Amino acid sequence: MTSVSVPDDARSATQTTRAASGPVLFDWLFVVAVVGMIAAYVRAIFFTPIEALQGAAQKIYYVHVPAALSAYIALGVVALMSIVYLWLHDERADRLAESGGEVGLLFLTAVLTTGPLWGKPIWGTWWTWDARLTLTLFLWFLMAGYLVLRGAVDDAAMRARYSAVLGILAALLIPFIHLSVYLFNTLHPKPILLKPERPSMPNEMLVTFLGFFAACSVLCIALIRARYRYGLERDALRALELDEGDVSE
Amino acid sequence: MRPSLLASAWFIARKDLAIEFRTRTAFLAVLVFAILGVAIFYFAWDATAVAAIDLAPGVLWVIFTFSGLLSLQRSFGVELADRAMDGLLLSPIDREAIFLGKALANLLFVLGVQLLTIPSVALLYNLPLGRTLPILFAIAVLAAVGLVAVGTLFSAMAANTRLAELLLPMLSLPFFVPVVYGAAQATATLLAGRPLAEAAPFFKLLIALDLVFLTACTLAFPYTLEE
Repeated sequence: MTSVSVPDDARSATQTTRAASGPVLFDWLFVVAVVGMIAAYVRAIFFTPIEALQGAAQKIYYVHVPAALSAYIALGVVALMSIVYLWLHDERADRLAESGGEVGLLFLTAVLTTGPLWGKPIWGTWWTWDARLTLTLFLWFLMAGYLVLRGAVDDAAMRARYSAVLGILAALLIPFIHLSVYLFNTLHPKPILLKPERPSMPNEMLVTFLGFFAACSVLCIALIRARYRYGLERDALRALELDEGDVSE
Repeated sequence: MRPSLLASAWFIARKDLAIEFRTRTAFLAVLVFAILGVAIFYFAWDATAVAAIDLAPGVLWVIFTFSGLLSLQRSFGVELADRAMDGLLLSPIDREAIFLGKALANLLFVLGVQLLTIPSVALLYNLPLGRTLPILFAIAVLAAVGLVAVGTLFSAMAANTRLAELLLPMLSLPFFVPVVYGAAQATATLLAGRPLAEAAPFFKLLIALDLVFLTACTLAFPYTLEE
């Protein structure tokens, strides 16, 4: 009896000490990202000139566009890892897709809240069914559905398969949503004011924007990494609990 | 000897339709739901401000979407009782055939509802249908294929989750948007008496959606099942 239970006990003992020491979720990369974001905000607010036509509202651009690009990074991770999972059945790919989904939803929420804040003073409306706005809104719906689906399936392998299938179908859907709005827009042209051409940016603004973009991308990667590690710890804990359940039986 | 893909798909579809034909409850319930929806929409707007002809395409395709969701819900729900799904998986037919059979049964079900809903919309909203009726049914067929392909796949997934009734609409509706959009725009062009050529881009959109959704969902379905 002892010869069988010793390895189990040893394994759970090492895992308990690891859990007790505390998982490192937020590491040096996260610190770099937070410091970078603070620096980018300070520069955008205090050290970047106010745009002549749009006024202070233009500064939302520095948050809005990098957030959108980071959202695309995260959603790219979801689509890619969904394919990898169905191909290799590697649980790491599933965990990475899960992390990308959550971080992607976070950045999409940032895009969808900063957008209307800029749109109201500049366009005169919070929302318009323009191609990009519609697409972003539906990406948000798809990612929300993706995460709800993940939460609604108990079996780990089934959850991974279902969410990978949804991840791939969502990636297929995106061109069609874009096409629908494109058809709509060509039949009913919108006033040109709704799509203002951005004046080419002066250097000071460009530096602020690129700084924000870099900080935001690092933040996105750091968050996906932290979320991945959290998933790792959670799965290890769940496996440990199952082991203990077996021992007590 | 294994039957061919289409033969076994037809076998599955016939089984589902036989269950439906013998009970008839779901079909009647969905049909009553659809006509109730048509009636409720009429009271949700000011008839003197918006012409019925402007509203009809929207009403028709929104009802189409929601009644479609109701019928898709049962598609894999019926296989949960007595673990009937395991029996299906053990039978000597391809998994793609199970999907295609289920989708075919759903398609016939949805089109059956549509066959009675379109005339009732025409009747209650005073639409000058006449010649356009066959084309309207053609739009319904094109829209139903894409809708049913995605809906059947998600029905298979949602049936095994804790939030089945809630999850199916949440997952499906974003995918129905381009379908409903294409169908509603084509119908609006048609009802306004404009030439059919103007609706061509919407027909193309619907056909492209049908091909992509049907292919992708048929290929994806085996992955949702246990190895």
